[in-house]
Amino acid sequence: MRDPAPRRLRRAAALLAALVALLLVPLLAGPARAQDAGAALARMATEQFAQIEAGIADLTASGSPLALPALEALADGRLYYSPDKSVFIKQADGRWIDARTGAASAADPASPKPVRLNNRVRRALEAALGSLSLMNPDPAKRLAAAEAVVKSRDAAALPAVEAALAKETDPRIRKALSQAKAATTIFLDTATESEKVAAIETVAGRGDQDALNLLGAVRERGTPILKLAAETASAGIERRLALLNGLQNVWYGLSLGSVLLLAAIGLAITFGVMGVINMAHGEMVMLGAYTTFLVQEFLRTRYPALFDLSLPIAIPLAFLVAGAVGVALERGVIRFLYGRPLETLLATWGVSLILQQTVRTLFGANNREVGAPSYMAGSFDFFGLTVTHGRLWIVVFAMAVFACLLFVLKATSFGLKMRAVTQNRRMASCMGIRTPWLDAMTFGLGSGIAGIAGVALSQIDNVSPNLGQSYIVDSFMVVVFGGVGNLWGTLVAALTLGIANKFLEPVAGAVLGKIALLVFIILFIQKRPRGLFAQKGRAVEA
Amino acid sequence: MTFRVTSFLAGAAVAAGVTLASFAAQAQDTIKVGVLHSLSGTMAISETTLKDVMLMLIEDQNKKGGLLGKKLEPVVVDPASNWPLFAEKARELVQKDKVAAIFCCWTSVSRKSVLPVVEELNTVVFYPVQYEGEESSKNIFYTGAAPNQQAIPAVDYLAENEGVKRWVLAGTDYVYPRTTNKILEAYLKSKGVKPEDIMINYTPFGHSDWQTIVADIKKFGSAGKKTAVVSTINGDANVPFYKELGNQGVKATDIPVVAFSVGEEELAGIDTKPLVGHLAAWNYFQSIDTPENKAFIEKWKAYTKNPKRVTNDPMEAHVIGFQMWVKAVEKAGTTDPNAVIDALIGVTVPNLTGGYSAMMPNHHITKPVFIGEVKADGQFNVVWNTPAPVVANEWSPYLEGSKDLIADWRAPLSCGNFNVKTGKCGGAGK
Repeated sequence: MRDPAPRRLRRAAALLAALVALLLVPLLAGPARAQDAGAALARMATEQFAQIEAGIADLTASGSPLALPALEALADGRLYYSPDKSVFIKQADGRWIDARTGAASAADPASPKPVRLNNRVRRALEAALGSLSLMNPDPAKRLAAAEAVVKSRDAAALPAVEAALAKETDPRIRKALSQAKAATTIFLDTATESEKVAAIETVAGRGDQDALNLLGAVRERGTPILKLAAETASAGIERRLALLNGLQNVWYGLSLGSVLLLAAIGLAITFGVMGVINMAHGEMVMLGAYTTFLVQEFLRTRYPALFDLSLPIAIPLAFLVAGAVGVALERGVIRFLYGRPLETLLATWGVSLILQQTVRTLFGANNREVGAPSYMAGSFDFFGLTVTHGRLWIVVFAMAVFACLLFVLKATSFGLKMRAVTQNRRMASCMGIRTPWLDAMTFGLGSGIAGIAGVALSQIDNVSPNLGQSYIVDSFMVVVFGGVGNLWGTLVAALTLGIANKFLEPVAGAVLGKIALLVFIILFIQKRPRGLFAQKGRAVEA
Repeated sequence: MTFRVTSFLAGAAVAAGVTLASFAAQAQDTIKVGVLHSLSGTMAISETTLKDVMLMLIEDQNKKGGLLGKKLEPVVVDPASNWPLFAEKARELVQKDKVAAIFCCWTSVSRKSVLPVVEELNTVVFYPVQYEGEESSKNIFYTGAAPNQQAIPAVDYLAENEGVKRWVLAGTDYVYPRTTNKILEAYLKSKGVKPEDIMINYTPFGHSDWQTIVADIKKFGSAGKKTAVVSTINGDANVPFYKELGNQGVKATDIPVVAFSVGEEELAGIDTKPLVGHLAAWNYFQSIDTPENKAFIEKWKAYTKNPKRVTNDPMEAHVIGFQMWVKAVEKAGTTDPNAVIDALIGVTVPNLTGGYSAMMPNHHITKPVFIGEVKADGQFNVVWNTPAPVVANEWSPYLEGSKDLIADWRAPLSCGNFNVKTGKCGGAGK
């Protein structure tokens, strides 16, 4: 082991040199640098991706203040070039800036073409922007820039990283910067082996997938000592990730389970409580999704600022639309068929086809785009677990709908009457409850909740006329497994099936996993025909 | 009396929803063209567009004076995404409506269902969708891409330009992805890719919960080698797949996804901003800037009266197929199937991307291959293309059972699966 003191000294000296260089660069060679930047920009005025990539590297290396705006414009697709090799930045207000001078362009460019990107150029661009934004006043941008360097491992960014590290005060960004420095050091030819081993340890401190990627690359082509260090470090990370994996499966299962719950809970009312086999249940879900689409279209054209409110607005509307269709279905078809399950099944199946084709005629057979409001998009990191916002909200939403429904059934007069009718229709009728009216309302409630489910499903699935079909079988499965007529059973069944599915999927694959679950449910129903939570008592026999 | 019978028949046919065309003209005055695409059910999403294209092409041809001095008359039937119904409807088109040619199908299973019927009744059929190959019928003309006209160039592009070393082959669980992935796996292994660097994953139709699979792909891509996903995921399952990719932050610069079934039409239902840079391989893109394509897009938008309508690859295939059929009928001077089938081989027509496509003796056409990257507006940015049109390998040279087979429907050979090893017509069987 070498004495650490001289190393620290040497590094400080290097840092100082880098700083001095960085400070001197603009002073010393302003015009010369601008010329470099101009030449680099001219290189980018081409169709050839390799030339554009080289241009980006030249532009970054030029250190010119013109580099950052030009590269940012390139990333946004606002960088244009003319056949005469001049390069322009198009501004949001449609005006043009000459990229080589940074001043407004005297005349509009002749036949401008956008500088094209492909993935290779985009990668080079991300790395370049990373090293250029390290000194950005915005801390979020600095953090993103440091992360970009970790990913790109661009050795050219090292001086900038070291300079930024010396100035940085935010501990989080400091950590990211030191990891960025380590990530580039690992692949530096000039770094010594012990420096690289230290760098491996720093990178391993991240303990995430990115670190594993980096270490994987070291294991591919490092020296034996480095390989050993990388292997030890990645073994530690892998243990951590394996633990996380279990947690991740539970979370995915919860999220799948809450989707199943949403789809099935309306059916738990119409099928579970009323005993109507409603094959058009999936189409109620679809109607809810299309309601969301219409709300979004309306907001997009009239009030674009309110777009984020589209889902809260769509929820009551979807409930009303699907609920109204449900009431109409009950009054128009189902009430003539009570006590004849087979006819009900066929009639509602027919209704489901009619609804599908109606929607297809009205909206076309293609998928409709339903956007995600800002709070539903993206993901966040929860101790190394990627949790997507959309899924998180859907879990919360499913639980909220469940709680509301439970409240309606247990604590309102409507719920009381509903339970009375299902337990003993004639007695309830004798007590003055209008049973036909109540049937219609109950069916409307179940359908309306399916409509609400449609709002949530529009965020994760296709909004097409076929949306409902893919959920109808799963919904029946959940209700039957949970025990007909029991809301809690539906909850437990949905979550159980969701989690079981997600633990089976990595082992058996998506197709076999689903088959295995179906077989399990068939066997389970043989043993316990009334499901997990069977209703007991005289009401069942009646 | 005759008039009354005809109008009664016409009324019955219209009432049955069988045909959209009016029966103003007598049967012998028109040449009937069968359009067999699902207008309801799961596949309506893709096939309705093809029906519209056919109606537009036929209308266009009639404006130019029809064919052989007669008007063309479209006979549109709806097989409702129901595979056995495809066979029934094809029989009906040939025997009852006496159509001269059928433009048909999307899925391979519907083509396989129609195949024995059209061979028995000897009809000319045009099939416009990219498919898994391993087939050549005397009566079917394949205007879509075979695997070597789409999948293999895409893999080559990724290996050469993106330096991809690790491959995820993800597909929906049915015949096209399974066969394509088998070919790709054999191809990659022949290029020296190790088995542990290939991950194959199948999902059911309409799969909507992609959390686990996307997480698996992320993990698979973390082994230090550049990883890409080759997706044969079918239409409907793509939207949730891409949404999950976007949400979990898998960017095209980290793990690019190249898709064979995602075109302009499919992207119309997604917010494409998180998908920028993911790839698709086709033989046509709407964004290709040629005068022919521009004229076609304008005509299509005017015909559908919708300035937002997009065009896609199978539409171009129908454009090519229809032109080829028209040319062959003119060459043969008759719509007699045998004459037209013979006349079709060697017919060359301009495609929409500035080149020409020729019908080869294996009943497949030559096609240029384009690789496009998704742009933020849902269109594609062409980043690579083959220098010249590619001839289709209907029998893959990378599969054990088919590498010795060739198809040649010209006179002396006239065989769809000639075995060059045994010198016999009849497949790989000994």
